[in-house]
Amino acid sequence: MTRKQKKMLIRIIVSAVLMIGLNFIPIDGIARFILYLVPYLIVGYDILIKAAKGIANRQVFDENFLMSIATIGAMIIGLVDSGDYVEAIAVMLFYQTGELFQSYAVGKSRKNISALMDIRPDYANIELDGKLIQTDPDDIEIGTVIVVNPGEKVPIDGVVIEGNSSLDTAALTGESLPRDVKIGDEIISGCVNMTGVLKIRTTKEFGESTVSKVLDLVENASSRKSRSENFITKFAKIYTPAVCFSALALSVIPPLVNILILSNPAGWGTWVYRALSFLVASCPCALVVSIPLSFFAGIGGASKEGILIKGSNYLEALSQTDCVVFDKTGTLTCGVFEVTAIHHNQMPNEKILEYAALAESASSHPISKSLQRAYGKELDTNRVSDIQEISGNGVTALVDGTQVAVGNDKLMSKLGIKCADCHKTGTVIHIAIGGEYAGHIVISDIVKPTAQKAISLLKKSGVKNTVMLTGDRTAVANQVAQTLGINTVYSELLPADKVARVEQLLAEKSSKSKLAFVGDGINDAPVLSRADIGIAMGGIGSDAAIEAADVVLMDDDPVKIAKAIKISRKCISIVYQNIVFAIGVKVLALILVALGMANMWLAVFADVGVAVIAVLNAIRAMFVKRL
Amino acid sequence: MKKTYKVEVDCANCAAKMEDAIKKIDGIGDATLNFMTQKLIVEFEDGVEINAVMQAAYKACKKVESDCVIYM
Repeated sequence: MTRKQKKMLIRIIVSAVLMIGLNFIPIDGIARFILYLVPYLIVGYDILIKAAKGIANRQVFDENFLMSIATIGAMIIGLVDSGDYVEAIAVMLFYQTGELFQSYAVGKSRKNISALMDIRPDYANIELDGKLIQTDPDDIEIGTVIVVNPGEKVPIDGVVIEGNSSLDTAALTGESLPRDVKIGDEIISGCVNMTGVLKIRTTKEFGESTVSKVLDLVENASSRKSRSENFITKFAKIYTPAVCFSALALSVIPPLVNILILSNPAGWGTWVYRALSFLVASCPCALVVSIPLSFFAGIGGASKEGILIKGSNYLEALSQTDCVVFDKTGTLTCGVFEVTAIHHNQMPNEKILEYAALAESASSHPISKSLQRAYGKELDTNRVSDIQEISGNGVTALVDGTQVAVGNDKLMSKLGIKCADCHKTGTVIHIAIGGEYAGHIVISDIVKPTAQKAISLLKKSGVKNTVMLTGDRTAVANQVAQTLGINTVYSELLPADKVARVEQLLAEKSSKSKLAFVGDGINDAPVLSRADIGIAMGGIGSDAAIEAADVVLMDDDPVKIAKAIKISRKCISIVYQNIVFAIGVKVLALILVALGMANMWLAVFADVGVAVIAVLNAIRAMFVKRL
Repeated sequence: MKKTYKVEVDCANCAAKMEDAIKKIDGIGDATLNFMTQKLIVEFEDGVEINAVMQAAYKACKKVESDCVIYM
């Protein structure tokens, strides 16, 4: 609790004790009024002062004003009529207790959510004369060597120059598997060093480092307001004056009708009391507090999962997504060529790969690289001799004294070797050993292991249309789309064609639903910004992606798209629950109060009770782990 | 010119009202008061005396909510 909250708590307790005590003192008249005034003022003086200031500053119609009018009114009714002051004090007590609880809950949840996002490193260690000195990361220049001990956060992006370790990237990516780093590896700020001491040469300033960018983005996210938030702001502006005038009418019209038309006693006391209760019940704070809090909690929860959402408006748009457009390379596929199949071979796969890798060992062509990587073991280049590269066709070489040819069908026909066609799409590499056809290896950009699950989860969560755009050849594109279960494919597109396609899709869809584009942020920035929601598979560290997109998936995992949509749906449904619940209870309470079927107690519940419940409900938006 | 200030404000409604009040001050292009992070982001117009403008902004906020604080 803050000091302010503690002080409030003491005031509430003192006033409550006094009020109960006064019950046992039998006095009447003015003395009784003065005695009861003491607990009233103890618990409510700040409200009265604020209300007076509000009137002086022409800021009437706020909560303080409503509470002051209502309780002063109740005190006056007590003085002239019933002698019952307990109600005014109790209402004020109830109100202050509710406010206290609400401010405590809001403050607490604000801290919890902020803690979710707190990846800010406080210091960086630099070594000076053999001693480590803690320095403000802001003061570290590019190229400085910093030391990160186990358990510490990496403060600035850089390259490892000494040491091995595992990094916990969970705070940035939501990915719980640790990542191993060694000398020469790039390392991003915000990760936690787990096992060994690392020396890092910084490559960026603190302000430009990943951790600063991410923090900046998340902290400013809730300043982009959603439509529901704007609705509430507008709603409150019209609502409060409307309620005040209704209350005035309630206090004046029925008594006048009583006197002038029905010739009954006016009953001023009753109607003024009802009007005052009406005012208390009407406070819009449940809505005003809980809705931004829901969005904040949703965005905080998502960032814990490695999903950065740049604003409440995007969270809202995500929940309405029913068409997701993917870029292929780097989004659904890894963007790296790998061996996907080996066919028609007599000898074991490893043997074929070994021959191919050895023959290609001198080449730096991406295909050769991928063969070498697939082989995975150290290549003994002494076994290879007489390497001849036939440009555009392949390689021939002597491996262990045997003639090996590795290349495309042109190479094979040149050598007069009959080769088998392949039913698989991708780049086919034929291998002949000792003049005999030995089989072929298929190399293709492999689909991310989670891509298929990602698509099926999206479909399950109600996304009707999944589209893939790619610059790749039609055969490859169709095959990928088929394995993943994507509805529509547009292939052999230039970057400009992608924008045109997305625009066409935007025009075709209904105005209520939203279109999300998922890309790797590298050459599709225009498309990212053109779509309703641009989701970047920026991956850790890609600045272009963080800049261009509205939502960034920190660990490049397409499964997170469905997760983000689920988080947004949960958050939005909580927002609607709160709107319906708060307005519903309010309207009900207002009607009951106007009809005289409820007293001021219920009115206070309709105000603070509802607000507290709405705040507690809003906090649920933070829990998104198991969605 | 954009600056961020730490603020202390108790209720979300007051924060919204304070934001409105700050936006109306001469010399301020745009302002966002984030109740959740308790941060005020002010975009100043070019060539204004920032201190004077912020004093005016603080005064305007005080009128809305007397116990708010802006750390300048």
